[in-house]
Amino acid sequence: MKEKKLMKGNEAFALAAIRSGCRFYFGYPITPQNEIPEYMSRELPKIGGSFIQAESELAAINMAYGAAASGGRVFISSSSPGIALMQESISILASVQLPVVILNVMRGGPGIGSIQPAQGDYNQVTRGGGNGDYHVIVYAPNSIQEAMDMIAKAYDVADEYRNPVMIAADGMLGQMMEPVDLPEDKGGIKAGDITKVKPWALTGHKDMRDRIAMNSVWLKQDQLEDYINSYWPKYEKAEQELAEYETRSLQAAEVVFVSFGSTSRITLEAMRLLEREGIKAGLIRPKTLWPFPFHAFDEISAKTKQIISVELSKGQMMQDVKLAVSGRWPVGLISRVGGMLLDPLEIVLKTKEILEVR
Amino acid sequence: MKQKRIFIAGFGGQGVLLIGQLIAYAAMYENKNVTWMPSYGPEVRGGTANCTVIISDETIASPLVSTCDILTVMNGPSLERFEHMLIPGGELFINQSIISEKNSRADISVNYVDCTGIAIEKLGNEKTANMVMLGAMIKKAGIVETAAMKKAFEAVFIGSKAKLISLNLEALNSWEGKGDSRN
Repeated sequence: MKEKKLMKGNEAFALAAIRSGCRFYFGYPITPQNEIPEYMSRELPKIGGSFIQAESELAAINMAYGAAASGGRVFISSSSPGIALMQESISILASVQLPVVILNVMRGGPGIGSIQPAQGDYNQVTRGGGNGDYHVIVYAPNSIQEAMDMIAKAYDVADEYRNPVMIAADGMLGQMMEPVDLPEDKGGIKAGDITKVKPWALTGHKDMRDRIAMNSVWLKQDQLEDYINSYWPKYEKAEQELAEYETRSLQAAEVVFVSFGSTSRITLEAMRLLEREGIKAGLIRPKTLWPFPFHAFDEISAKTKQIISVELSKGQMMQDVKLAVSGRWPVGLISRVGGMLLDPLEIVLKTKEILEVR
Repeated sequence: MKQKRIFIAGFGGQGVLLIGQLIAYAAMYENKNVTWMPSYGPEVRGGTANCTVIISDETIASPLVSTCDILTVMNGPSLERFEHMLIPGGELFINQSIISEKNSRADISVNYVDCTGIAIEKLGNEKTANMVMLGAMIKKAGIVETAAMKKAFEAVFIGSKAKLISLNLEALNSWEGKGDSRN
């Protein structure tokens, strides 16, 4: 029988990381994700893991660089402005192809912003944030259970693609409690097994093999271009294989919402209210933000008259929605920003306004 | 029961978040879907605290609500601020120990609970005031069964707090009011 427990989002995320084999956590406090370092500082030492409270976000992500380079499973968590501080090294992690799972419990921005839930990091998480040609694979859960499942999956995807993977949660998911089925405990990798599962890891060659260098600096530009082209197919593969989404009631939908994360739950509530008023609404919920599930939009019915991006940002996701729609339908926006949340009734009212204007 | 939306408000230290968590645990033991969502912000000691608990037979969409079926207020400012959230026919629980005003809405059921008074006189421990309120809520609004709440106590009061379980169970049954059902 599955182990069921009522858990606060942040603690559940940390538990999911540990049960996925994470043994290294480096962090710097920031609301609304502080329960994560608290949990890790208590639990990791019990199982032989390492918790370090770093002196800054930059220090934390660079400690992750070191631990990942030597083959460890690492968990990094922060919130929007803290993730912004880490972007330099996330670019480096991608350039040296290291698997690190990074959780972003998003809050209001720009700048230091507010500490309430927001999705204004959409561009930050999907467009790199750091410099250069790379992508970060981004999962966007809408429940604590889904976040735990996605964290478990993120570790495998990060290892397979040798790339940073981000979980874009938000303050609502971090702070709320829901019952969850605990994932199975996969246990940590034994030091002696690292070279078997991660032959690229820096474990010390002891004159037994050639040295491995992890290097983000390329003074010969033609070599750098060759190097980028050598790893770029994995992103093409990711676009083919990793995009995930959920659809609801697309058949016969007059209006189709596109919404992710906790906002998608509020959108679902609004859909129920609209249904009572005789307005048929459908939903496309991207479960990955990069790669964005463009092909989901091919499932929209010919009866649909309007697409609406519902998000806690000023239409950042709407840009991807417009790319996906490619002019086939008009695209509208319903949003709140700065840490303010959408109310189901507000979505209903604004949807009716958009449909009337049309 | 299709869905029950419960909003509990007061100031920090009154055990407002704990009342909500215990209800959430108990609902989980009754195999209901449940969400617990606290207010969070730049909190200060003694500042406002509130939480929303939703219990449902179906998947819960939003963990936040703009209206509720059950409203519990532990201090005066919360009554003033959140009274409008309660739907007609809803249950209002007022901590009578520190809220002196009577509620004048005719379309709801109002329950006055002298949390601190009962906690001191019947239980000999002022700190059980929030459990007195929890008991009143369960008794009047029938949110969860007492058996499930007992399991919730056993899950939450662990280690050095385990010794509080019997006192808290006593507190659950200490309110004798039936509420002021004017509707």
